[in-house]
Amino acid sequence: MSVDFGPSIEQNIGLAASLSKGPPNNRKGALTKGQGKAGWLFVAPSVVIILLFLILPVLASLWVSVSDWSGKGSPLSAHWVGLKNYDALLGKPSLSQKNMATSYRNIFYYVLLVVPLQTILALILALVLNRQRLRGKGFFRTTFYFPSVTSSVAISLVFLFLFQASGAINAILAWFGINGPNWFADPRGVLHLILGGLGVDLNNPPAWLTGHKFFSLTWWDWVAGPSIAMCSIIILAIWTTGGTFMLMFLAAMQDIPEDMMEAAKVDGATPWQAFMRVVVPALKPTFFLVITLGLIGTWQMFDQVFILSQGAPQGTTLTPAYLSYQASFKDGKWGQGAAISFILFAVIIVFSLVQRFVMRDKKTISRRHRIATWEKS
Amino acid sequence: MTSTLTGRKLTGPADTSTPTARRGIGVGWLFYLVVIFFALVYLFPFILQIGTSFKTDPDATAHSLNPLPTTWTLDAFRQLSQVDFPLWFTNSVVVTVCVTLGRVFFDSLAGYALARLHFRGRAAIGGAFIAIMAVPGVVLLIPKYLVLVQLGIYDTYFGMIIPLLADAAGIFIMRQFFVNIPVEVEEAARIDGASVFRTFWSVVLPMARPAVITLSILSFQGSWNELSHFIVSAQSPKLYTLTKGVATLSSGALGSGQQFPLKMAAALLMTIPVAIVFFIFQRQFVRGAGAGAVKG
Repeated sequence: MSVDFGPSIEQNIGLAASLSKGPPNNRKGALTKGQGKAGWLFVAPSVVIILLFLILPVLASLWVSVSDWSGKGSPLSAHWVGLKNYDALLGKPSLSQKNMATSYRNIFYYVLLVVPLQTILALILALVLNRQRLRGKGFFRTTFYFPSVTSSVAISLVFLFLFQASGAINAILAWFGINGPNWFADPRGVLHLILGGLGVDLNNPPAWLTGHKFFSLTWWDWVAGPSIAMCSIIILAIWTTGGTFMLMFLAAMQDIPEDMMEAAKVDGATPWQAFMRVVVPALKPTFFLVITLGLIGTWQMFDQVFILSQGAPQGTTLTPAYLSYQASFKDGKWGQGAAISFILFAVIIVFSLVQRFVMRDKKTISRRHRIATWEKS
Repeated sequence: MTSTLTGRKLTGPADTSTPTARRGIGVGWLFYLVVIFFALVYLFPFILQIGTSFKTDPDATAHSLNPLPTTWTLDAFRQLSQVDFPLWFTNSVVVTVCVTLGRVFFDSLAGYALARLHFRGRAAIGGAFIAIMAVPGVVLLIPKYLVLVQLGIYDTYFGMIIPLLADAAGIFIMRQFFVNIPVEVEEAARIDGASVFRTFWSVVLPMARPAVITLSILSFQGSWNELSHFIVSAQSPKLYTLTKGVATLSSGALGSGQQFPLKMAAALLMTIPVAIVFFIFQRQFVRGAGAGAVKG
């Protein structure tokens, strides 16, 4: 089953190993004649496209991020300004720095909530569908997966409608006597609201929090939590991606040998114990994959902000990806926009490495096993 | 806030749904309740969307939870035909068809070369493709624009299509499939004197039909739903695709008022082609899910 899935990140190691081993059947010398040229011809179109639209852009952008290019003429005619653009963002306090800090605060809360919750939702959906005697399994699987294949634009519009002030969500909340907020227009931070509920005066927050700044943003602003507007986007993201990751969990669950579950049952394990001791360990590689993909995807969030909010209300849905677009295309600060995207690139790499380290395989056997299964394919 | 609430509510019943769950009547009943709850959470937004697109503006705002219109109307669809919606639709079709055909062809060629052909630098190319898959796409937004402008294909169909023609994930889907095809099949063809391309085109590619279908579907879905690349590769309203055009609807480009029926109708129409393909090729979608997600 897992063979059908494309090359997942965790399998790449194995793939690299098999690629470097060289051609599998050198023995047939006569037949491999002329393959050298053909091989290069076959990969040429893809190599050219990737060089032109992936490698070259990254290099061009790296140059722009250290130049004063204003968007007109060739970037090559621009002047070298050193690390000025990076300094404007990371160095001394400034408005640009404040915007970037705000975008990182926003995306940080977004990642912190979306990644765990979408993983849990995907796991629950998969567990539900993995039950042997479930009628209409195909129907439910289709239902849960459908949002994943739908365009982010269409989904965002639907959510805009559901979460408007007099929308369906607030109508449902009204059944329970809750007066729902004006979701996408509400900049109030959730953690601020909780602090307010605990007796902190929101109009006059503690001076030790407002008095200190970190990257041009007061401590008080850092601890705001996701705004209500951002929460709507968070719900959208969890709801949409849950189905994609559900399929990955489902595929992995079907690979768990039936007799392992039987053995657990015979040994008198409760369903909860069987779940924690058999299912969860067996799903470890899938957890790794789902969390990796989740992290990479969430850090880059752009579409929803572009469609729904453009960073509003009060910058609480601004994300680094959108900020880099805004700085370049809207404000004409191309160098700064490029610098923002490289900083984001670095952050994503660092977080991926940290996550790899935290979730690293303590047993090397399972990695070898994975390579073996890959090579068998 | 709401999300943590639901999260907590749901973990309870789901524990009983592990494969070893006792199959008591009570548990079974509770279990179906959970499934149906989730199905509603997933289906109802779409039902509401369909219903609302046949409503009048005041009706949509006043009865936002009722999927049935008080009076049925096609106003929203009529309005859409008056704006550029048909143009956006045509652009999306053109781009999607070109990208899908091109991508399947180029990815298969490269995948076959990586799987079967012996040439110097094969390992290096394969390794480079893997490294490329790790580059976050959003980092490329500005740089792609720079290159398109320099190449003089900014704001053209070429600029919208060519950068999407090859993708590393697709190449590996094909490679993986070709590796599994027995070598003997091609050897027979080669001994008969067929060229490398001929062998690939008439012998190997037809055998890879399942992989080709999977990749076609992924490409179709990916390019139909693509937004960010079209934002940076073109600006002229004549080149708006559905995603870009409909996205402008949300920021109120059509004037005052919330016009939810119009927005829902637009969202509905742009979903239909993907939905049709999805329902026909469900199994291939499921198969490609992993690879599709890699691309983000």
